[in-house]
Amino acid sequence: MKDDPTRKPETTSGVSRRDFMKISGVGVALPLVLGPKMVEAAGEEVAVHGPGKVPVALTVNGKKLSAQLEPRVTLLDALRDNFDLTGAKRVCDRGVCGACTVLMDGKTVYACAVLAIDAQGKNITTIEGLAKGDALTPVMQAFVAHDAQQCGFCTPGFIVATTHFLEQHPNPNAEDIRRGLSGNYCRCGTYNGIRAVALAKPEGRAS
Amino acid sequence: MSEYTWPDPATRPLLGKRISRVDGPVKASGRAKYTYDYNPNGLLAGKILRCPHAHARIVSIDSSAAEKMAGVKAVKVLQTPGTEIFWAGDEVVAVAAVDESTAEDAIRAIKVQYEVLPHFVSDAEPPKNIGVNNGPISRDDFEDMEDNQVPDEQVIAAIKANGISFKPDDKYLKDAQASGVDPQVVEALRSAKYAEGKTSRSPYKKTAVQKQGDPDKAFTSAAAVSEGFYGASCITHCCLETHGMASEWPTDKDLVVHVSTQNLSGIAPQVSEPLGIPAGNIQVLQQYIGGGFGSKFSPDRWGIATAQLSKAAGGKPVKIMLERDAEQEVAGMRPSGFARVKIAADKDGKLVAWESRSWGTGGMGGGGTPPLPYIFEIPNQRKQHIAISTNQGSARAWRAPNHPQAAVITMTAIEDLAAKMNMDPVDLITRNLELTGPREKIYRDELPIAAELMEWKKKWHPRGDKSAGPIKRGLGLSLHTWGGRGHNSDCDLTIHPDGSVEIKMATQDLGTGCRTIITIVAADTLGIPLDNIKLLIGDSRYPVSGASGGSTTSGGVTSSTRRAAVDARDQLFAKVAPALKAQPKELEAVNATVRVKSDPSRSLRWKEACAKIGAMPMTIRGKNPDKSKPPDLTNSGVGGVQMADVSVDTETGIVRVNKMVAVQDCGLVVDVKTAESQVLGALIMGISYALYEEKILDPVSGRMLNPNMEFYRLAGIADIGEMKVHMMIGKGYDERGVIGLAEPPVISPGAAISNAIANAIGVRVPFLPLTPARVLEALENGGTHATV
Repeated sequence: MKDDPTRKPETTSGVSRRDFMKISGVGVALPLVLGPKMVEAAGEEVAVHGPGKVPVALTVNGKKLSAQLEPRVTLLDALRDNFDLTGAKRVCDRGVCGACTVLMDGKTVYACAVLAIDAQGKNITTIEGLAKGDALTPVMQAFVAHDAQQCGFCTPGFIVATTHFLEQHPNPNAEDIRRGLSGNYCRCGTYNGIRAVALAKPEGRAS
Repeated sequence: MSEYTWPDPATRPLLGKRISRVDGPVKASGRAKYTYDYNPNGLLAGKILRCPHAHARIVSIDSSAAEKMAGVKAVKVLQTPGTEIFWAGDEVVAVAAVDESTAEDAIRAIKVQYEVLPHFVSDAEPPKNIGVNNGPISRDDFEDMEDNQVPDEQVIAAIKANGISFKPDDKYLKDAQASGVDPQVVEALRSAKYAEGKTSRSPYKKTAVQKQGDPDKAFTSAAAVSEGFYGASCITHCCLETHGMASEWPTDKDLVVHVSTQNLSGIAPQVSEPLGIPAGNIQVLQQYIGGGFGSKFSPDRWGIATAQLSKAAGGKPVKIMLERDAEQEVAGMRPSGFARVKIAADKDGKLVAWESRSWGTGGMGGGGTPPLPYIFEIPNQRKQHIAISTNQGSARAWRAPNHPQAAVITMTAIEDLAAKMNMDPVDLITRNLELTGPREKIYRDELPIAAELMEWKKKWHPRGDKSAGPIKRGLGLSLHTWGGRGHNSDCDLTIHPDGSVEIKMATQDLGTGCRTIITIVAADTLGIPLDNIKLLIGDSRYPVSGASGGSTTSGGVTSSTRRAAVDARDQLFAKVAPALKAQPKELEAVNATVRVKSDPSRSLRWKEACAKIGAMPMTIRGKNPDKSKPPDLTNSGVGGVQMADVSVDTETGIVRVNKMVAVQDCGLVVDVKTAESQVLGALIMGISYALYEEKILDPVSGRMLNPNMEFYRLAGIADIGEMKVHMMIGKGYDERGVIGLAEPPVISPGAAISNAIANAIGVRVPFLPLTPARVLEALENGGTHATV
């Protein structure tokens, strides 16, 4: 891969390019082959990605997906821009509001706070992967029944979070809900309905 | 012959019931596609370079490095050298590139030189001795007044008293009227005296003193006088879906835009003018919108830029969605509103006098004037407002413009007066309800219901919770009102010979339930199930319907839909009557059949009935307003009462809302479920602005310090407490017709919560948000003064 002439030789993953050449003994003009280079920095093996696009392979909703992405691309942007999985929303874009919540190896993460390259090798489940076909999951049905959505922009993130929360807390009380679902924000003010959803304990992830 | 009235309660299969929103499943599954999600092949990412200074002049722009970058497809300078910039975050250059990373790099490669100018961002109390600005009204002054919804009579009075310093031509006047300026205001402009403008450097624009009755005498003879300082800081709209638009040119004459908007039918005219193409060549699309709250009526400069960038890139689609920091800094805020108030009552608790000196800022335009005193027409008044021009992104309509500020200034002053007179505020307010004009009866109905839901009599105590321990508990209340008459709306309803029904309307559903209520009205009128109706909205090629602002959508779309459905039903009856050996007026449409009212055994299933139409479908246009088809199906003027129960930790200053009660009228409720959700949502948004939200500006840099969502804090699920909503339904309410509900319930929470805190801790925390620091300061100095 050629150097991008417009890009300054900047540090990447805390390792400057000069260090990289010195340590690895490999000139950057050589094509980068499969996988990132490993270098030693501060006594640890560190993977160096880029500069420029690198191959990224993700497992999303059980499917293998791949794309050429710059290392700075977040999991959220990769899902939305490259794979058209737009259920997870970009709202705060810095790990606060929860609108981009997805499951990574079964745990909720803010997809805007995970780099796509760091999500490789993990099982990612998005809102699109919760339901099978057109049928809604019990949690989704409960969101409709309790009118726990208005504009709907925070809803996919909230449903992923609520699905995981109910797996962790099958019989939640009010305090569990206060703590367990406070990682997502809604602007229209649908929390009363979401609280009713959690208290109704819709069971199971299957549609 | 046709009955356009709303049906009798006994014959409403769907209207006024509790129905789940029709677009619930598509939203819950994540399949709903918003403007932000528009992602066609070949989409170019647009980005904006924004001015980092609160006040500056552009000296030079060098975008050559960006233009040469690989992957950059278009660069467009939006404001040229020499232009004065009035707020940080204003748009300077736009770029389009193959992806967002490249566009970001291109923005960084553009060099702009600015001459930095002095800025002013403070909305602290204006100096005592500033004069009244009696200079002629400039075009900016006039447009600011209109943008800030200054009452028409005030605008007319100002034009008459001061003259104008610009010469509006016929086109300007016509455009003004087309964009909603009142015809009498337009006439005042047309006949205004022209005067050379004096430029004033002062950021303070002071209105003349408004006086009625004899306030001095009334204060002197009053039994009790209370003085206080109240208000609310600037907040932002903080829509979760940021503002944005995508444009593409399928031919070099035709433009297609996807835009996040509350004003689908009104976008093409605003896009056509700057681009110089016919509005008819522009198609505007939007299925779902992630929040607007009054901030999304215009395509904005960034939206126009997407069309310009797309054109320069050979017509390829270009999308710009604002980054969160830009959204918070420039894409809408609610003006601050503060006042020093003096209020008086006679020995029976009757309000006799009001005096206020109010101020606030809505950015360069100064902001609107809160309607003071709110709700209560106090006989003797003296008031004056000072609008402060500040170097920050302009105010946009924020749910119920000017009303939350007015409530937070008035209802607090009334509560303080009640405390001074050792009266229960519910009692004092009840004694003054005749001052509320046409809504007196509504409030009289609502107050006891709210009090019962809150257990007011059992839980209320005189000011200052005397119980032991640091946690103090208290109750507060507030009243509010809003107009909400239905906007202009056209609806095309088509019945196909196979029985399917299709409705087309160029409106938008902001999450209010607009789709749901249109479908309910049509299905209820035609006597068919909801899923028999295919509703098509969100495309400017459909019949024109108004912008969703000022709670006007529900009244508008339900009225046009009802008229279309009634006419369609009656035309169907005419086709079906011979087959049923009856007159059309003897038929009814119920339970998916068309049948003879007096003999239900003579009936046709809906599908069979529709087959009688013939080979071609039948399309009927319904309109609102429509004087030829009375009665008016919508109305104006609602009343609501809210109460709050809070606990305050007097050691930390942290406030927790235990319970909120809302009793709300909105005329005929079309869908109880989505109506209640709207009120619940407003209560929660109200808790959010009462306790947490504030647009904090740095006096040194002039920039917003919290343009994000970690320090611009919204209420979360842990912050809301118990919530009770009671909709006024039935006789006295249903027959008023449909009235919008988006604004009214968001007006009172700030005042109700502020009053509950005062009742708990015994002192007034002067202004919103009621943060721990302000609570502690009020406790320390007895509530007479606040500097934070």
